[in-house]
Amino acid sequence: MNDLTLTRRGFAGLLGAAVAMPGAALALTDAQAQKLVTSLVADIQKTINSGKSTSAILKDFESIFDRYADVPTIARFSLGVAARSASASELRAFTDAYSGYVADKYGRRFQEFKGGDIKIKRVKAEGKVTVVQSTADLRGQSPVAVDFHISDRSGSPKVFNVIIEGINMLTTERTEIGSLLDKAGGSVSKLTQQLKS
Amino acid sequence: MLNSRRAGWRSAGLALVTALALSGCTASSPPGSEFNDPYETANRDVHEFNKEFDRMVFRPVSRAYGTVVPGYLRQRLNNIQSHFSLPADTINAGLQGRGENTVHNFFRFLVNTTVGVFGIFDPATSMGLEDRSTDFGETLFVWGAGEGAYVEVPLFGPYTQRALVGEVVDVFLNPLSFIGLDAPASYIPAGTYVAEAVDYRYEFADTVDGVLYESGDSYAQLRLIYLDNRRFQLGDTSNAAAIDPYEELYGE
Repeated sequence: MNDLTLTRRGFAGLLGAAVAMPGAALALTDAQAQKLVTSLVADIQKTINSGKSTSAILKDFESIFDRYADVPTIARFSLGVAARSASASELRAFTDAYSGYVADKYGRRFQEFKGGDIKIKRVKAEGKVTVVQSTADLRGQSPVAVDFHISDRSGSPKVFNVIIEGINMLTTERTEIGSLLDKAGGSVSKLTQQLKS
Repeated sequence: MLNSRRAGWRSAGLALVTALALSGCTASSPPGSEFNDPYETANRDVHEFNKEFDRMVFRPVSRAYGTVVPGYLRQRLNNIQSHFSLPADTINAGLQGRGENTVHNFFRFLVNTTVGVFGIFDPATSMGLEDRSTDFGETLFVWGAGEGAYVEVPLFGPYTQRALVGEVVDVFLNPLSFIGLDAPASYIPAGTYVAEAVDYRYEFADTVDGVLYESGDSYAQLRLIYLDNRRFQLGDTSNAAAIDPYEELYGE
């Protein structure tokens, strides 16, 4: 993946100075991470089993996503190199639209977990990342490994990546948003409009 | 498409593709790259063909199959398919030096052949002898063979060259392949192989449709998903350092 290597090479240096993240002083504890995921899983299960209409469920998912996930970081990562040249207002508008797009896409997927059970197995620190490992037991199927990656470098403990059987959201979304951006002729504002529809 | 983790059955087409794959198998992946796809142009053509096949044949057939055949019966057929590949699973676990899995798979085969009536039922799982299927591609991984290039195979879908070679070898590795059966029993292995693939297409219809028909670039998306998932199954962590967006984006 060419644009990924390119991105990795130049990104940190360019953005490091520009973006000062607040509240990185306190280290995230395993207990905090576990509590976050426990509460996230409970909210997801409450939503999918609520019996509400699909559109109401997807609305709920958007607020869950905003509450538990570091949306600006996930959105910026998904955008890849293009985030560097985008203006602050373009990025804000993109992040907004992205949040709705993700809630819609993953909300539909999560509905397949209906009637299933997600259990936390283990919490461990991997460098600066706290990993909460869980398994989703779906009726009549082998257990599915679901990992939540958590950091408090946004100022509070937030999920920034979800990995299901080795397939992670960040690179999947960078591939997806990258090809959508290509189709939009490289214009972030055009892509933002498309994500809203 | 038809690609599943289970051992395959004889197929002239697959053998041909494997010959091609073997000829390119020495090409090792460049260090640090996420994937190795030197045949991307040809792969993309195959991908379009596979999507067309899915639209015209595979998806409609899977819908009919899932609607007409009760879930209970579909599960029994999947069990037979899984059972048929257990001897190969046992041999592969042995070749991988995983003694516990070898014994595990052997006893799983014994229990499900007898109590499970030739694998139609799966009493072994509730006895703690759950499915630990493997394949010769995994054996090659354990032996240190490189992943090779990414290839999308007509009708069968995505593979690494290593996994594709493994799939073909598995056919010959399975002692049950050499038991002379008469028709119609001789069609059981191939039949249940296809039935399982069709059942998966039905059970995970939304997810598969999402990847194939709703993504910006379904080829790139499928390649990423297949490789990440395959490496995860193998426990191949050479490429799998946790992504840290904070480091990349903000230098923290």
